[in-house]
Amino acid sequence: MTAPSRVRPARVAGGVGDSTLRPDGIPKLEGSFEYAQDLWQEGALWGATTRSPHAHARIVAVDVSPALSIGGVHAVLTADDVPGSPTFGLEHSDQPVLASDVINYWGEPVALVAAEDRDTARRAAAAVKVRYEILEPLTDPGEADTRDEAFRRIRIRRGDQEASGPVVVEGYYETAMQDQAPLGTEAGLAVPDGQGGVDLFATSQFLHVDHEQVVASLGLSADQVRAHPTGIGGAFGSREDVNLHIHLCMLALRTGQPVKMVYDRSESFTGHVHRHPARMWYRHEANRDGTLARVEARILLDGGAYASTTPAVLANASYFAVGPYKCDSVAVDGVGTRTNNPPCGAMRGFGAVQVCFAYETQMDRLADALSMDPIELRRKNALTTGDHFATTGQIIETPLPTVEVLESLAAMPLPADSESDLLPGGSGLTTEARHVMRGIGYAIGIKNLGFSEGFDDYSQARVRLAGSGAVVETAAIEVGQGLVTVLAQIARTALGISDVTVEHVDTSRIDSAGSTSASRQTQVSGGAVLKAATTLRDRILHHHDGDDLTDQGVLRNGDVIVTMGELVADDWQETATFRHPPTTAPDEYGQGKLHADFAVAGHRAVVDVDPELGLVRVIRVDTAQDVGKALNPEAVLGQIEGGIMQGVGLAVMEELVVEEGIIRNPNFTDYLLPTILDAPDVEALLIEEDGSWGPFGAKGVGEPPTISSTAAVAAAIRAATGKAIERVPVRPQDIAL
Amino acid sequence: MEVSMTVNGRAVSADVEPRTLLVHFLRENLRLTGTHVGCETGYCGACTVHVDGKAVKSCTMLAVQAEGADVKTIESLASNGNLHPVQEGFWERHGLQCGFCTPGMIMASVALLDENNNPSEDEIRHGIEGNLCRCTGYHNIVRAVEYAGAKMRGEEPPPPDWEGGE
Ligand code: FES
Ligand code: FES
Repeated sequence: MTAPSRVRPARVAGGVGDSTLRPDGIPKLEGSFEYAQDLWQEGALWGATTRSPHAHARIVAVDVSPALSIGGVHAVLTADDVPGSPTFGLEHSDQPVLASDVINYWGEPVALVAAEDRDTARRAAAAVKVRYEILEPLTDPGEADTRDEAFRRIRIRRGDQEASGPVVVEGYYETAMQDQAPLGTEAGLAVPDGQGGVDLFATSQFLHVDHEQVVASLGLSADQVRAHPTGIGGAFGSREDVNLHIHLCMLALRTGQPVKMVYDRSESFTGHVHRHPARMWYRHEANRDGTLARVEARILLDGGAYASTTPAVLANASYFAVGPYKCDSVAVDGVGTRTNNPPCGAMRGFGAVQVCFAYETQMDRLADALSMDPIELRRKNALTTGDHFATTGQIIETPLPTVEVLESLAAMPLPADSESDLLPGGSGLTTEARHVMRGIGYAIGIKNLGFSEGFDDYSQARVRLAGSGAVVETAAIEVGQGLVTVLAQIARTALGISDVTVEHVDTSRIDSAGSTSASRQTQVSGGAVLKAATTLRDRILHHHDGDDLTDQGVLRNGDVIVTMGELVADDWQETATFRHPPTTAPDEYGQGKLHADFAVAGHRAVVDVDPELGLVRVIRVDTAQDVGKALNPEAVLGQIEGGIMQGVGLAVMEELVVEEGIIRNPNFTDYLLPTILDAPDVEALLIEEDGSWGPFGAKGVGEPPTISSTAAVAAAIRAATGKAIERVPVRPQDIAL
Repeated sequence: MEVSMTVNGRAVSADVEPRTLLVHFLRENLRLTGTHVGCETGYCGACTVHVDGKAVKSCTMLAVQAEGADVKTIESLASNGNLHPVQEGFWERHGLQCGFCTPGMIMASVALLDENNNPSEDEIRHGIEGNLCRCTGYHNIVRAVEYAGAKMRGEEPPPPDWEGGE
């Protein structure tokens, strides 16, 4: 028998390349979508957390009796009540579930309460009496470095270490601690199963790794705990780490009742990790023609009290320290310090944001020193496919359209001088139009996609026929980015079936999808869906000797030979695991094929500045971004517009102010988020090319918008004011004084 | 304390603690969880509802202050399975990602358009400036409100940005 020639699936409505609307859109618009905050069960108790008011202290005694004696309180738990591993952590298990001995950061959890209503729970948490012996906190990361309080050190040496160039620029740069500030705070519900196990429904980005940590600290077997996906109000890195997960389960198991917990905004600011504040020293040496002869950098990220993802964020900052440029003589030293500051970890851009501000400022200074056009300087050094990556030495194997990004960006039209009705300072309107100076700045950035340094980065997905079409099952978390849309699109195109829905399933029903981070889900979970769907289609066609699969069923020579109803009755399904191309761990000089893929993006910011008042308004941020293939162009634009806004936030307003280890502005009144009046216009150009290993050539798109947007805005402010601008966010006093 | 009001056209009354915020009354007593809490300090607008026709941040108001009032939440907007033009605008113009800000954004936008169904872009921005969104960068939210305004005026909404080229 000769195999029938199979037609490739025809273009399916709602498939890859369409700007398909979100399947979760209608419930979200009607108010019926269930977020973790909304979960409830009859008889559920409310949980609350007692937190340390000190950044560093010894716990002398904990007296829970004042809390227990409050009517309606069902349980008060301390470190002694943690049944299993007393610590947890994403990469290193170093963070106490509840502090038992020493407090290492402000807001560290000490005790837990379950009570009949929220107010009682909060009151009881405040009533727990903890006697502290206050210790001197270590809050200066420079001193931590000297004392070798480090989570990781990275040393990169590549090429001739004696190389030098005649044109030298040096600089010192700082970026502040930024908060992800998703609009939904941490929340969840834990429900005991009556047999010693528990079901957990809580905000997350990485279900299976939450599950592992919860299981370990509860001292249960893996099958006794099920972590379920829930509705999530944004994430941006803040939900990679465990926070209330183990606490909720402990309270539920102890009381035998469902327990619900919702952090309020100020608790949220202490309840999750932040973007690392950075200190960066740079020295660039160039030849007279502008080519980079040598780049040296020293990078210090303050990891705060516990490891979280600091080792990986530091790795990113260090490996991306040169940016999307070629250079054959590189020395980078990175350190992630341990202090008594709030723990830092994942936030969109993951280490690549901080260094981009530094290296792009250096590139502008170098252009100045060379009297060269800054775009031309960048073009001259642009890294592209086939080149050696400046830090790790690996050859860039996937498409890297750095030059196209630069050239398209420079070619985009600039706004007319008058184009802005809004003046710096917003509704205060103290600015007079004649004082306003306009500035334009460019920056480009690069980041890895997917996990690096030899991490086994995989995702599992299942595609099965059900109802009147197909269902995709995954544990990958939808945080708002639109994964639920794009996975369905991939399955539609691969199967040839338009009726596809995505079902998020719990940890007992499927293997890990990995984390919703590192811009990886479209590529890695998308890859798993593509693999499962393609295999399923082939198996079905082979089995029925058909030549096409559509919503009607299996076709042969254009006739339906098996209906979709019959296929569904046969319970067709396929489970597949996708791994991205393997990477290696770094050698002692940071060399190796550490990254599986890269993306570049560039931004051009236009700002209006009132130099007397120090006020800035970002008029527009135009961008060109390397996307591989835009599977849902409008969703990509959504990522770009939102990501740029967060980059603008870091450039001009967002800063967690930490003094002596204490966050001084843990609320939305004092931690400023960009409003609709701060939002710049955005014109975006998506640069597509074939050759990435993502489904249909797609690259991750979530992080690149935040990498260089901050640097571009800072450059524009520099251009408008002539000030050095060596720190972000730029404060009024950095401009006006 | 006993409190009575009309919520989404239905008379409700309950015994609440005097300090209960309107938002918690709606979410917990009435289980109307479409109204969200993003900050509880009057800053983010996720909790925006209508009280006697005006957009109000329901975390800035006690339940007892709404005594006798006519309260409308996001759950009341769609009728007979038809989205309100503002909901339709957010849907058609990709005005949401995580959606956590969306009910508040929509309620604020409805109040804006009820007063002025032909706002300029600046009027839209000023009209909903009390509502934060962390995901979208706001661009599509403005487009969504423009779409809704056109619908409410009986006009054809402007085409989406991503159609018909630059
Ligand atoms: S929750 Fe009411 S304004 Fe934020
Ligand atoms: S869509 Fe997430 S906060 Fe607006």
